[in-house]
Amino acid sequence: MQEKEILVKAEGLSKKFCKDLKTSLWYGVKDLISNLSRDDHKRNLRDKEFWAVRNINFELRRGECLGLIGHNGAGKSTLLKILNGLIKPDEGKVTIKGKVGALIELGAGFNPILSGRENIYNNGAVLGFSRKEIEEKLNEIIDFAELREFIDMPVQNYSSGMKVRLGFAVAAQMEPDVLIIDEVLAVGDLGFVLKCFKTIDKILPKTAIVFVSHSMPTVSRVCNQIIVMEHGKSMYNGSNVGKGIDKYYARFIENESNVVFTDNSIELIDAKIESPKGQINWNDNLKVYYHFKLLKDIPVPEFFTIIVDKEQRPVALLEKNLSGVIIEKDGHIMFAVSHNELQLSKGIYSINIAVRSSVNKEPIYRKNSIINFQVIHENETWEPFLLKSTYEVCSYNNPLNKG
Amino acid sequence: MKQLETRVYQRENNHNIYHLIKESLSDIWKSRFLSRQLAERDIKAQYRQSYLGIVWAFVAPLMTGAIWIFLNLSGTIQVSETGIPYPVYAFSGTLIWSILTESINTPATSTKGARGLISKINFPKEALVVSGIYKLLFNSFLKIVMLIAFVFLFGVGFHWSLVFLPLAILAALLMGTTIGLFITPLSMLYSDVSRIISMGLGFLMYITPVVYSIPDSGIMRTLMLANPFTPLIVTTRDLLIGTNPEFIGYFSIALLICIPLLFIGMVFYRISIPIIVERSN
Repeated sequence: MQEKEILVKAEGLSKKFCKDLKTSLWYGVKDLISNLSRDDHKRNLRDKEFWAVRNINFELRRGECLGLIGHNGAGKSTLLKILNGLIKPDEGKVTIKGKVGALIELGAGFNPILSGRENIYNNGAVLGFSRKEIEEKLNEIIDFAELREFIDMPVQNYSSGMKVRLGFAVAAQMEPDVLIIDEVLAVGDLGFVLKCFKTIDKILPKTAIVFVSHSMPTVSRVCNQIIVMEHGKSMYNGSNVGKGIDKYYARFIENESNVVFTDNSIELIDAKIESPKGQINWNDNLKVYYHFKLLKDIPVPEFFTIIVDKEQRPVALLEKNLSGVIIEKDGHIMFAVSHNELQLSKGIYSINIAVRSSVNKEPIYRKNSIINFQVIHENETWEPFLLKSTYEVCSYNNPLNKG
Repeated sequence: MKQLETRVYQRENNHNIYHLIKESLSDIWKSRFLSRQLAERDIKAQYRQSYLGIVWAFVAPLMTGAIWIFLNLSGTIQVSETGIPYPVYAFSGTLIWSILTESINTPATSTKGARGLISKINFPKEALVVSGIYKLLFNSFLKIVMLIAFVFLFGVGFHWSLVFLPLAILAALLMGTTIGLFITPLSMLYSDVSRIISMGLGFLMYITPVVYSIPDSGIMRTLMLANPFTPLIVTTRDLLIGTNPEFIGYFSIALLICIPLLFIGMVFYRISIPIIVERSN
């Protein structure tokens, strides 16, 4: 296949910011003045400055999508502002070809007092449409936003979801060569979000997209290149999206376990899993060993082993202990719980333990992230489970039509 | 395959002033719809939320004028002979002055009003200045109508020089906007700047022949003659009432100096915006 043309090229982009407002404003005045002279000497950090973005390089072709991930304050938004031409890099250079569209704020230029219809013109004008273009697309926009009934009502009476819908409907009319998306799609109801993705899928083949998101499933779905940013630097930059996402998550793995709740009647002394280095091959057995100490004289409680994924979403629960199976000895409770043929998909998980009184079923203890473990499999899977399956050949009318 | 427009963003400024002016002018042309739309939006929104609406555009200068007329007629303050009915003199002075001060302030107010916009969306920033000029033209038009109404009301009558009045007003807009463009970047950074400007303009009014004429001698005469706003006010008023415009020479010189300065101001504004976005949002 023929290589498509490069639309965005970033070379050694860097940007510095100042931590102190007063100093920052004063540097601003100096910059205003040095802007006028031919003073283009090499720029070093001045007092109280730091690099918000440091040496970012990438190339993006038509039809490609670059995912930009990193924790808050890693420099993603600053980088987007540079790409969008809102601020100038202090070092390096961006070359962008074609029409640039930015979904950074929906409904820019709206005036709350004016009607939805009037604001379509305002927003459209800000996004660079001509009057003629807006007039041609007006009906399409109103229908896309599903707001025909309310289009002549002042926008201040719209719900926030309606405003976003109207803003997106206008923005969706752009036919950009390069599209910059910040996390604007996180708002709105499910139907709207699905509609947004449908629109993006439609324009993706014709466009180079830079996409900032904290939603890894979305990133892994749309992006084919990824940059993981940390403290302004790129920690990972490449086309192995799965690897990049793992790097991002690695930062958040809390080795620190924490007691979330306790009524001081029981305490976890130790917990282990039976596998070297906390790694389990997919479809192997999971066995967790517990050692509890009773602080009060209570009957043996019920234990719940909860498996959560790296985004702290609970994905599975091991069955609780049946009464009488576990026994107490000198104020200590020791037991192991097993699950055979673990079919969680590849990734990093951690275990939370919840303890409930066997008498009144009240929770008495909960500790999170007591153990971290990794499931090993050669394939990246985004669904939480990879279930073992078998296939066989069968004729088409068999066995469903057997009746 | 169509040729794609290429943009390069980097630290190094293009210091070729002709190139920058060309870019600036082409952006003004490309964003003509945006400028009009922004002006229309602001004017509509302003009047939709008020009953008196348009009245507010000229009520402040009229009040100032009325105060001076009262002071003069009641004998509290004795102003020197103006040669025309004092109410015409005072009202014309305050209205023209208000056009001037409004045009000095407009670039900064338009840009500040769009603070949220300029930090999120890339559009030709010149559109903000041009939309400000549209709003000024709208307000000034009402003031000109007022002025002409006064001329007839107080029996000064029609003069052919009235035809040139819009030109003089345009000159005031031009001069004000030029000054405003140079002030805007700084006043976006520090709120002190706009306060100093509004206070300074308050003082400046008293060394400009707005509500009293230039005295025959003394320090005030020297100050007034040196003040570049003096020819603007005096010439505009002369055209209005049909007397011989004695400051036309000074007026033309000020205007001629202003035109290149306007372009430089435009370029300064253009290259300053990224710094403003970076520092103050």
